[in-house]
Amino acid sequence: MFSQKVAQQSLRRLAVQQPAAMRWSMMRASPVAVALGKNVQTRPVTSSPNTEDPTQILAKQRLNRPVAPHLAIYKPQIGWVASSLHRITGVALSGSLYLWATAYLVSPALGWHLESASMVAAFGALPLVAKVLLKATMALPFTFHCMNGVRHLMWDLGRGLTNPTIIKSGWTVVGLSVASALTLAFI
Amino acid sequence: MASLRTTSRLFAARPMFRPATFARSYATVDTNSSEQPKMKTFKIYRWNPDQPSEKPQMQSYDLDLNKTGPMMLDALIRIKNELDPTLTFRRSCREGICGSCAMNIDGVNTLACLCRIPTETSQESRIYPLPHTYVVKDLVPDLTHFYKQYKSIKPYLQRDTPSPDGLEYRQSPEDRKKLDGLYECILCACCSTSCPSYWWNSEEYLGPAILLQSYRWLADSRDEKTAERKQALDNSMSVYRCHTILNCTRTCPKGLNPGRAIAEVKKMLAT
Repeated sequence: MFSQKVAQQSLRRLAVQQPAAMRWSMMRASPVAVALGKNVQTRPVTSSPNTEDPTQILAKQRLNRPVAPHLAIYKPQIGWVASSLHRITGVALSGSLYLWATAYLVSPALGWHLESASMVAAFGALPLVAKVLLKATMALPFTFHCMNGVRHLMWDLGRGLTNPTIIKSGWTVVGLSVASALTLAFI
Repeated sequence: MASLRTTSRLFAARPMFRPATFARSYATVDTNSSEQPKMKTFKIYRWNPDQPSEKPQMQSYDLDLNKTGPMMLDALIRIKNELDPTLTFRRSCREGICGSCAMNIDGVNTLACLCRIPTETSQESRIYPLPHTYVVKDLVPDLTHFYKQYKSIKPYLQRDTPSPDGLEYRQSPEDRKKLDGLYECILCACCSTSCPSYWWNSEEYLGPAILLQSYRWLADSRDEKTAERKQALDNSMSVYRCHTILNCTRTCPKGLNPGRAIAEVKKMLAT
C-alpha cells in the first residue's frame, strides 16, 4: 500500500512540475505495451468534438420534441381550481353585464321589452323550481367571485400566503359562497 | 488539473482497476419469502426521440413493494435495473438537494427521491415529466430556457463600493434572516412547471423559481443594484403574469414559498 502511494505521489509531483512529461505522446511506450497494442490511446466516440453549432442541434431536436402533458394530468387542488373558477366567473359576470347593457341600450330601437316592469312580470310567471334554479345560477358565480376576490386582495397585501392558510381560505370561500348563493336563491 | 487527470488516466486505462460491470445500488428491503407480494402498478410516460413519429405513451410496470425501497426514485431505479433499461430519467443525490429527479408524480410536481410510494396497491401511480416542458426523452425535460431565464436575472452579488474593512461584506443577523427560505432553493423547476401562467407564457414570464431568486437578490442587504434589478422586472410580462394561483407554494418539495416571494416583489415594485 505504502509503496503504491509513494509511486502515485511522485507521478503527481511530476505531473504538476512538468506537465509536458505526462502527455501520452511524450511518454515512451514500453516494448511490452507495443507488443500488446496498448501503446495507443483510444478515445471513445462520445468524447470526440462535435463541430455542429449546438444551438442548431437543439433547434432541430426541438422540432420533434413533444410538450409534456399539463392541465389534463395535474391533480385538481383547491388553489388552482379556485383560481380558474375565479377567472371563468369573472369573464361570465362581466360578459353578461356587457351583453345585458348593450341589449338594454338597443331594445327601444328593436322593440324589445327589457324594462323592469316587463322583466318582473316575466320572471313572476315562471314556476318556483325555475325561479330558484335561475337565481342560484346567477348568484353562485357572483358570490364566489366576490369572496375569492377578497382572498386575492389579502394575497396582494402579502397576507395568508402559507400552504395551510391557502387551503383553508379556499374551502372557506367555497362554503360561504355556496351558502350565500342558496340564501339568495331562496329569498 | 489537466495534468492530474493524465495521472489518473494511467490507472484508469488498465481494466483491472475498473470493474467491467458497474452495479448501481438502490435501497431494497430484505424480506422473508413467506410474505405476500405487494404488487403495485407504475404507469410511466415514455417517448423516444429515436422514433419521433411515434406518439408518447404510458407504459405499465409492476413492482413488488416488499422488495422496493420506500421512495419513488427507488422504484424508478429498480424498474431501470430489472425491468426496462431503456427507461430514462435524471437522478443524482437521492436526498433532495440536487433537484435532478423533479417530475410529476400522481399529478403533483415533486422530487422522486423525496416522494414516498403510496402503499395503496390497488391504485396505480402515474409518473409524467415536468408539465408543459419539451421532452428530451421519457422523463427528461429540456430546461434550457429555464436556466437562460435564471441567467437573465444576474443571480450574483452586484456592488460597486468595496467593503469598509476590505475583508468581507458584512450583514446584520436580521438582514441575513431575510434570506432564509430563499437561499435554500435548488432550482428543480417543480414550482415553475406547476404554474399555469408559466405554461402559457414561459417565453416572457419568469416563473416562480426565477422570481424567488430575483427576490433573493432584491432582499440581500449587501447588493447595491436593487434599482436596476427592479427596473428589469418592471414590465407587464416578467412578474405580472403571476395571478397568485399559488401552485408553486403548494408543490415546492423543499417547503419554500415562491408565492410569498413574488408577492414581496410586487410590493417592492409598487413602492
